[in-house]
Amino acid sequence: MNHKKIEAKSAVMGVMVAILVSIGGIVEIVPLYTVQEQIVKIDDVKPYRPLELEGRDIYIREGCYTCHSQAVRPFRDETERYGPYSKAGEYVYDRPFQWGSKRTGPDLHRDGGKNKDSWHYLHFKNPRDTSPGSIMPNYPWLYENKLDTSLTVQKMTVLAKLGTPYSESDLDPEKVERRLKQDAERLAARIKTDLGEEVPSDTEVIALIAYMQKLGKDIKWRD
Amino acid sequence: MDKKLYYDESTVRWFSFFTIFWGFVGMLVGLWAALELAFWQLNFDLPYLTFGRIRPLHTNAVIFAFTANGIFAGVYYSLQRVCKVRMFSDALSKIHLWGWQLIIVLDAVCLLSGYTDGKEYAEPVFFIDILITLIWVVFAINFFGTVATRKCKHMYVAVWFYMSTIITIAMLHIVNNLALPVTLTKSYPIYAGVQDALIQWWYGHNAVGFLLTTPILGLMYYFLPKAVNRPVYSYRLSILHFWSLVFIYIWAGPHHLIYTALPDWCQTLGMVFSLMLIAPSWGGMINGILTFKGAWDKLRTDPIAKFFVVGLTFYGMSTFEGPMLSIKSVSALGHFTDWIVGHVHSGALGWVGFTLFAMLYWMVPRLYKTELYSQDMATKHFWIGTIGILIYVTSMWVTGVTQGLMWRAVTAQGDLMYSFIETVHQLHPYYILRAIGGGIYLVGVVMMAYNLFMTMKQGEATPTLINPDKGQEA
Repeated sequence: MNHKKIEAKSAVMGVMVAILVSIGGIVEIVPLYTVQEQIVKIDDVKPYRPLELEGRDIYIREGCYTCHSQAVRPFRDETERYGPYSKAGEYVYDRPFQWGSKRTGPDLHRDGGKNKDSWHYLHFKNPRDTSPGSIMPNYPWLYENKLDTSLTVQKMTVLAKLGTPYSESDLDPEKVERRLKQDAERLAARIKTDLGEEVPSDTEVIALIAYMQKLGKDIKWRD
Repeated sequence: MDKKLYYDESTVRWFSFFTIFWGFVGMLVGLWAALELAFWQLNFDLPYLTFGRIRPLHTNAVIFAFTANGIFAGVYYSLQRVCKVRMFSDALSKIHLWGWQLIIVLDAVCLLSGYTDGKEYAEPVFFIDILITLIWVVFAINFFGTVATRKCKHMYVAVWFYMSTIITIAMLHIVNNLALPVTLTKSYPIYAGVQDALIQWWYGHNAVGFLLTTPILGLMYYFLPKAVNRPVYSYRLSILHFWSLVFIYIWAGPHHLIYTALPDWCQTLGMVFSLMLIAPSWGGMINGILTFKGAWDKLRTDPIAKFFVVGLTFYGMSTFEGPMLSIKSVSALGHFTDWIVGHVHSGALGWVGFTLFAMLYWMVPRLYKTELYSQDMATKHFWIGTIGILIYVTSMWVTGVTQGLMWRAVTAQGDLMYSFIETVHQLHPYYILRAIGGGIYLVGVVMMAYNLFMTMKQGEATPTLINPDKGQEA
């Protein structure tokens, strides 16, 4: 076809462009939805508990993904350093995904269980206390801010609508509040035992630690 | 006076002003982020100054504030001239202009306050995503309305590139941001995990393709021939590389996810198409550089020509580096390191930045019916900017390769040779060097801002009659 004809008709050119730019995306994206084997389900992978979910939203809020990845690649040095490489089925409840694109700090996908809760508690206050020479900034406000739980139930309800298997009882406001409080108090108590100081259970840092400790631990790999 | 007889230059002047203003702001934030990597204390223990919040502010500001305003300025200027009509609707132009600035301010406030979608280059939250969609539709109506009422039969090649930008960015933005809201500022994407990752990088890579490449090529096709007073080197080549670029770019997104949990066939597809992308990219570069044919002498004297040719050279370099980085074994080394940051900046500072600077130096004096305030200062800006980019990019090459090699180094016994923190310390001097490179580049931008504001001051913003016989390129 003579190109002079196409460039004289803006509608024709517009439609041609729209078709051309759609093809690649359709070929690559659609199979991830239509072909079951593309993302193998792992039964051990469980949805986030209310406290972990709030912690994850703090992780997103602080832009942790700008320095930390959550994707262990299948290389010897990475599995040696971080743990088993990441599987597609481990991410099915991650909205949004937080794989990141830059490792200014280490990968965190297998960080759960690597360090004690008290380690994290000291770490966010001043990373150099636990990791000498770290260039990560201090996050003192996580210890001052009370965790906002006013939206937890709504968040979980939205996630359930999107397909996260929260049961009806999981979404019961009283139960959500009870589980959240229980998890936070247990976590704070463990830190208190380690450090021998009072640790409030209602701050943002507690939720963030709960999330860190859940990372990559659903599949059993640590002894 | 009958407005329809004149070009709308007021909108172009404002877009130009905001290009310069947000360019300065966005790069200043980038410099601060770079300094924080060298000196972690620089967040002063304040949440809204912390790297995790200002890095997205930097990327959003230079992409959606600096580059997008620059594109809008150039599109509004050139579209009216190649279509021989005033913009379709003055009201839509105003809504587009001020609506976009409002979006930028709202996004900046949200990002610093911690409201983010948490997806790279798609951080604006739910209600801002909707505003972006609305304003983009306003732009599209204004654009296609102008094209439809044009007074010449054929659309000039720049218009093809603008058109592909408007259509593709609309598709990418809407699909990637589909989400269920909890509040106006908190939503969860309808995609999870691997699917979310693929959609995000289909978006992310093509934001580079259709916001930092195709519209800039369109601007190059209009402003470069004007600046050097030569016709585009090859009309055939422009057809060939336009259609192949538009088709192939979209496939390359998965190269951001090599060796992750994304299915292997998809990674390979992304890699193969990335390699193919060299051809249409270099088609554009060659067509641009050879447009200088018969005007090479301008490179000695004219700062605008210098900016164009070095911008095109960086385009060629980064569109070679990109495909190389997408090869699986190279990605294994370079991914997650500063090499990628350097790669992005050779495209952003070199190609996008220099092409927009060239455009502004050429266009602003014409918008104010005067000469550029200082040719000499523009030439100095060119050299300072070039030195800044070279320092930036080379320091990032060194850090990237160093870090990649140190991560994988093992002893004879097969143990890891370095702890993670050792690799961090190795990079410290280069992080300082990078900040210096970026700082030097920013000095150049300040010189340009001064030069252009003095140009505006000495000139007069008088209207320009539409001349139906002048400037028909196609």
